[in-house]
This record gives sequence, C-alpha cells and structure tokens, in this order.
Amino acid sequence: MQRALEDLIRALRVAGLPISPADSIDAHRAIDVTGFSDRGLAKHALCATLAKSGGEAAVFDIVFDAFFESQAIKTGEAASQGRQQNLDVLPEAEGSALAQIMLSGDEASLSMAMASAANRIGLSGIRFATQRNLLARRLQDEMGMPEVDAIIAKARARSPQTPATARLADVRAAIAAQAQALVDRQFQIYASRTAEELREAQLVRQPLNADEGFSPGDQALMRKAVRRMAKQLADRHSRQRKRAMRGKLDIRRTVRRSLAHEGIPFELIWRTEKVDRPSIVCLCDVSRSVAAAAQFLLTFLYSLNEVVHDLRSFAFAGRLIEVDSLLAQLPVEEAIGQVLREIGFQQTDYGKSLEDFADKHLTCLDRHTTVIVLGDARSNYAGARLDIFAEIAKRSRAVIWLNPEPETYWGSGDSEMRRYERFCHIAQTCNTLAELEHIIEHVLRICLPR
Amino acid sequence: MSKQNGTTLPASSPRPLVDHPAFASVEAVRAGLEDVGYIASIRISTALYVAAHLERPLLVEGAAGVGKTELALSAAKLLGLPLIRMQCYEGLDESRALYEWKYGKQLLYTQILKDTIGHELGGAPDLDSALVRLRGLGDQFFSDDFLEPRPLLRALREEKGAVLLIDEVDKSDEAFEAFLLEILGSYQVSIPELGVVSAKTPPLVFLTSNNQRDLGDALKRRCLHLHVPLPDSALEREIVASRIPGIDEKLNRALVDFVQALRQKELRKNPSISETIDWARALLLLNADELGAEVVRDTLNVLLKFERDIEAVLPEIDELVANARAH
Repeated sequence: MQRALEDLIRALRVAGLPISPADSIDAHRAIDVTGFSDRGLAKHALCATLAKSGGEAAVFDIVFDAFFESQAIKTGEAASQGRQQNLDVLPEAEGSALAQIMLSGDEASLSMAMASAANRIGLSGIRFATQRNLLARRLQDEMGMPEVDAIIAKARARSPQTPATARLADVRAAIAAQAQALVDRQFQIYASRTAEELREAQLVRQPLNADEGFSPGDQALMRKAVRRMAKQLADRHSRQRKRAMRGKLDIRRTVRRSLAHEGIPFELIWRTEKVDRPSIVCLCDVSRSVAAAAQFLLTFLYSLNEVVHDLRSFAFAGRLIEVDSLLAQLPVEEAIGQVLREIGFQQTDYGKSLEDFADKHLTCLDRHTTVIVLGDARSNYAGARLDIFAEIAKRSRAVIWLNPEPETYWGSGDSEMRRYERFCHIAQTCNTLAELEHIIEHVLRICLPR
Repeated sequence: MSKQNGTTLPASSPRPLVDHPAFASVEAVRAGLEDVGYIASIRISTALYVAAHLERPLLVEGAAGVGKTELALSAAKLLGLPLIRMQCYEGLDESRALYEWKYGKQLLYTQILKDTIGHELGGAPDLDSALVRLRGLGDQFFSDDFLEPRPLLRALREEKGAVLLIDEVDKSDEAFEAFLLEILGSYQVSIPELGVVSAKTPPLVFLTSNNQRDLGDALKRRCLHLHVPLPDSALEREIVASRIPGIDEKLNRALVDFVQALRQKELRKNPSISETIDWARALLLLNADELGAEVVRDTLNVLLKFERDIEAVLPEIDELVANARAH
C-alpha cells in the first residue's frame, strides 16, 4: 500500500499541492492509524494531513477520486452471451490462458492483468503527451496481446468468420481502447501539469515584442505566470509593516505603562517606525512595439495591490491619458485593447506625452513615489522635453526605466534613451517576464528599507 | 530533523488522548461529539481522530459561524479536560499569551526587603558574605512564585492535558505566528529566566482561522488542516434538532430549507449555522409553529446581518417561504 500512497502524493504534487517530505511522513502515520480498508476514512485522514487550505482540499478530493477510480474492462454483450452459451471453442486458443480468459469475458481478471502490466512498465512515470501512444502499445505487449493477435490471425486464416473469432476480436478491441484510456488518464493525473510548466518556463524567457505575437493559449498561461510571480512577491514583502527602532525610547508610552507599578518603569517601550508601502506611478508606452510588454507590466502591478499602497497608471503614444478608471472596470487585457483603440494609432511623441503628464498629474508625485516608465524612448525625432523628465526625477523617490530594446540599440536612430537615462536611478532592458519579475522585486526592495 | 523530535514523543509519556475511550475509533469520536451536542460530519471526526493520534494541532478554517470554536468546546467536554482559550488579536504578544512577571508582587516584596534588609544582613561579618546572602534572596524574584502564567503556559502545565483553543489566529501578527511554531511543533516553550518548559501531557490544540490573511507555510506545515464547509440540509436539520430539542419536525425542515435557499443567493454574508440556530430560537420564542411570510419578515434581521442583504431578499420572501414549505 505504501507504493500506492507514494503514487497518490506524486499525483497531488502534479496537481499543484505543495507537499513536503514531512507532510508525506504525516500521511503515512495517519494511514498507520486509520488503515486503508475503509476508503472514505483514509480519504478524510489524508485530506487532513496533505491539504492545507479549503482550495487544496477541493483539489485533493478530485485527485483522490480520479486516482482510485478503477474502470472495469467492458468485454461487451457478445462475450457475456458467449459465456452463457459456450457455443463453440476456438482450437487455436487452446494453449493460451489469456485467450481463454478473454473468451470467457472475465472482466475482473482482465482489469487486474492490465493494472499489474501497467505497474511493470512503470506507467505512472509518464511525462509527455508524445509518450502516450508508445506506452499504450507497450502496455498491451506486456499484457500478452501479440499472442492473442496471432491466434486471431490464425483463426481467420482457417475460416474467415466464426462467432468465437469475432468475439475474441471484439474483446481484443475493447482492451486496446481501455489501454489507451488508462494511459490517457495516467497522463492526466501525472503529467498534464508538467507539460504546462515546461511551456510556461519557455514563455517566461521569450521576448515580449516578438513579431508573431502569442497565441491566446500562451497568453492565458503567461497571465497565470504573472499572477503567480506577483503573489510570491506580495507574500514576501507584505510581512513587515512596522519595525522597532533600536535605542529610541518611547517615553510617553513607557511612562503610561509604568503607572501600574507606582511610576517605576518596569517595561520599556521602544519607538517603532512604520514601514511605508511604496506608491507607484507607471507610465506605459502603448505603441505597437511595446504594447505586449505594457500589458504584462500592468497585470503584474495590479496583482501586487497587497503590497503597493497606491498605484496610478498612465498610457501614452502621441498623447498621454490616465488609465486607472479603465483598469478598474475591465480586466487588464481588455483595458489595453480599449486604450489602443483610443490612442494606439498615433505617432509616439515622448515630449508631448511628458507635457500632458506635467500639466495635469505632476502633483501625484512625492518622495514616496516610484516612477516606472516602460517604453523604447523612440520619439520620432520630436522634442524630448528632458526638463520635465528631470522635474519628475527630482520630485519622486526613484525613476526606473524599462526598455524592451537591448542596450546596444539605445541612442541609435530616433532613440532618446541615452539622454533620458541620465535621470533614471535604474535603466534596464526588460523584454521577458523573467526580467520583469526581477525588476519589480528590486523596486519593492528599494522601497521597503529593512 | 530536530523539528520532528518533539512530535514523536517517547512511548512512556502519558497519552491520555489516544487511550481515551472516546478516541478509540472515528465512529466513537463522532458518537461522542454527538452526545455532547455537536453533530460532526465524517470528515470532521476523522480529522479530530487523526489529530489526536498523531498529536498534531488541528487548524480549523471556514466561514464565520460554522462551528469552528464550538468544535473545540465540544472536544473539551467530550474528553473531560479543561478548555484553555486564547483569543488572538493584532498586537498580541508573549506577555499576554505565554507568561508575565507579577510586577506588583515583586514591587511589594522589594519594599518588604528594603525594610528588613538591615536585619537580614546584620549578622554578615563582611561584604562578600552579605552579597552571598543577598544573591540567595534575589534569585527568588524570578521564580515560579512571581510568574503569572498566561493561556499557553497554563496549557503546557496541565498535569492531565488540556484542550487549547487558539482562536482566530489569522488576526495575530506574523511575529506572534512565528512564536507559536515552537509550541505547536514540539509542545514546549523557552522562557529566558527559567529555561525550557515542556508539556507534561501534550494538549489537544485547535487553531481557528477566518482566512483574514494567509497563514505562513511554516505554521500550516505543523498543523493538520480541516476546512468546515456550510452543512447540507440533512446535517443542518440534525444540528438544529440537537441544539433545540423541542423544535417541531416540520418547522425545522421548512426553516432549514429556507436558509439553504438563501445561501444560493448572492449575499454579502451568507447565514451560517449559528445564525440558523439563533433564528430557530427566535421563531420558537415567538411561538411560530409554522413558517409564515409575516413572521419571517419580522425576524429576518436575526438571519441577515447587512441592511443591503435584507433589502435584496425582502421582495422574494413570499416565494422563498412558499418553496420552503412545499418541500
């Protein structure tokens, strides 16, 4: 039974439950107490030890049921009739125990034979979708199907169609279908996530401004990855809100506390300092070359609302508009589409956009604000308005410029990057999700001093 | 692996939980809880049974009012052990949760010492021997006599074990959560002045959480997890009948159906079991022997706690009541 439990734990890990070795020791101890004989009991006991939240418990229930669901092999009407009537025997099948079982339509034995064959070939080790046909083939070979195939072929050669041959062929087909189904199910249990994870790992490192774009499926996967990255960062940084300042006595509170003991200060209270959460102002270029990256940056930032105190975002191409209200109403990907329809077809003009920002929104910057600019700084030879950018840098805590272009292109042609760069605290190439995560992590670190 | 040493206690230490007849099997746990008035689903009783046998704390999550705290109270009643309850809140610290020195008493003794010190040290021939004598007195100030045990220390010190309820652990700070790890992992705490205090008998620990914030992985890792969902109608009827023995079978069925139908609506706060029970009591108090639209309208504020929810439901009362009575 230990093997089964280990397989179950592996299946649960594939389904996304973080099960540590200590958890699995607990699971074994729990099974020692309850035993496996009552499946319902074992299920609840394992659920208590392995699932750590309501959501995980729901996943556990699904995986557990799928794992222990056993499908009997349907040998069909013909076989069960054959068993009753026992009309004719197949001389070719005389020497073969397996063929005899198949002819008798003994579903339980066939199911068991398949299960043990699956065990012998290590079916639960399946990783990739491409392995499915091969493994289904090997599973049938292991069960001894080639022998049965030979019997059917010989019988057909002798006389083309006897009821017994037809019956054997039917059962043979049922087993083939069942083997394929079993392999598919095992793939679902053990490997479907592995494939997804592999794809995700590739996507995270893929340039966001690739010409061919991303398929809808990949986009969904990437959004999921972004949310997960953001969640991890939020978890890491949401912890500390206050910290004690060593060596500074909070006299007021100490005196107040000491009143209980005749004014003798038994308990000293130290002053604490609030750790402020960063507020972020985000300026996104949404011209064609940068739009994809802008979408993921905004998704990322909006998933961080736990740790970011205040987030304001602006989109610009020829002019600059505020997109907060839009993002509050629509999911990020739709909102971006809306923004693109509004201003996306204008020629990029960094100078004009900065003017727009200075006119209406400069007051939203203060010493707590981190400004993140995402853009390629290609301004079509229009004025750069460095003076406004300098003012922005002066008013805010930090300015970070993320440029999708590699650094060697900066300053070439109409790129003003080299000139803007002087006012930035950080200017960096950012063209994959992995880089994006790295940079946001950095923002949180410099904004949350330890 | 030092973290695990504590959980596998030597066989010689007393294990009253495991040996208790009420914990002989899952069915015994369920029946025992029913005797003390807690109708538990099989998942709840299994989790409790496993927690007792593995000597692990049980982290109970679920919406407000599904009976998380009640489970701990009932377990204490079932085992005949004292229940030690600690309510968590933001800013809860060691001195409130674990122990505190009795400053007032220490102060008083210092005063007495001041008055008698001349007499005490009178016989000392020189400074050295006076200091030795003084040291003997001084150490007593940080001894058991001056220790005020708070819930956690009390639970560890109970000779025959106890049921420790750490209520709404999600409301405490992360720092406190980290502080709990030692107690939950190995049933011991370190007090700087006294050393390590280990549990004489490991208490049965319940933690409850309303999911106000995500608990740390380290804490979750040390606990078994139990999610208590809202009950289905059969279970809820049983619970109401057990809590309010006099209730009419037909009224019970109708009111539970009504509440179940309410939960299908998109409300800000779904009525939970405690609200169902309160409502049933209210109906009984008003001598309502059947569910009528009028009496439901008058008592809806027992069931729904937000004005907006009540307004949303009011226009549909007639229909909901008719449906509930039709079943």
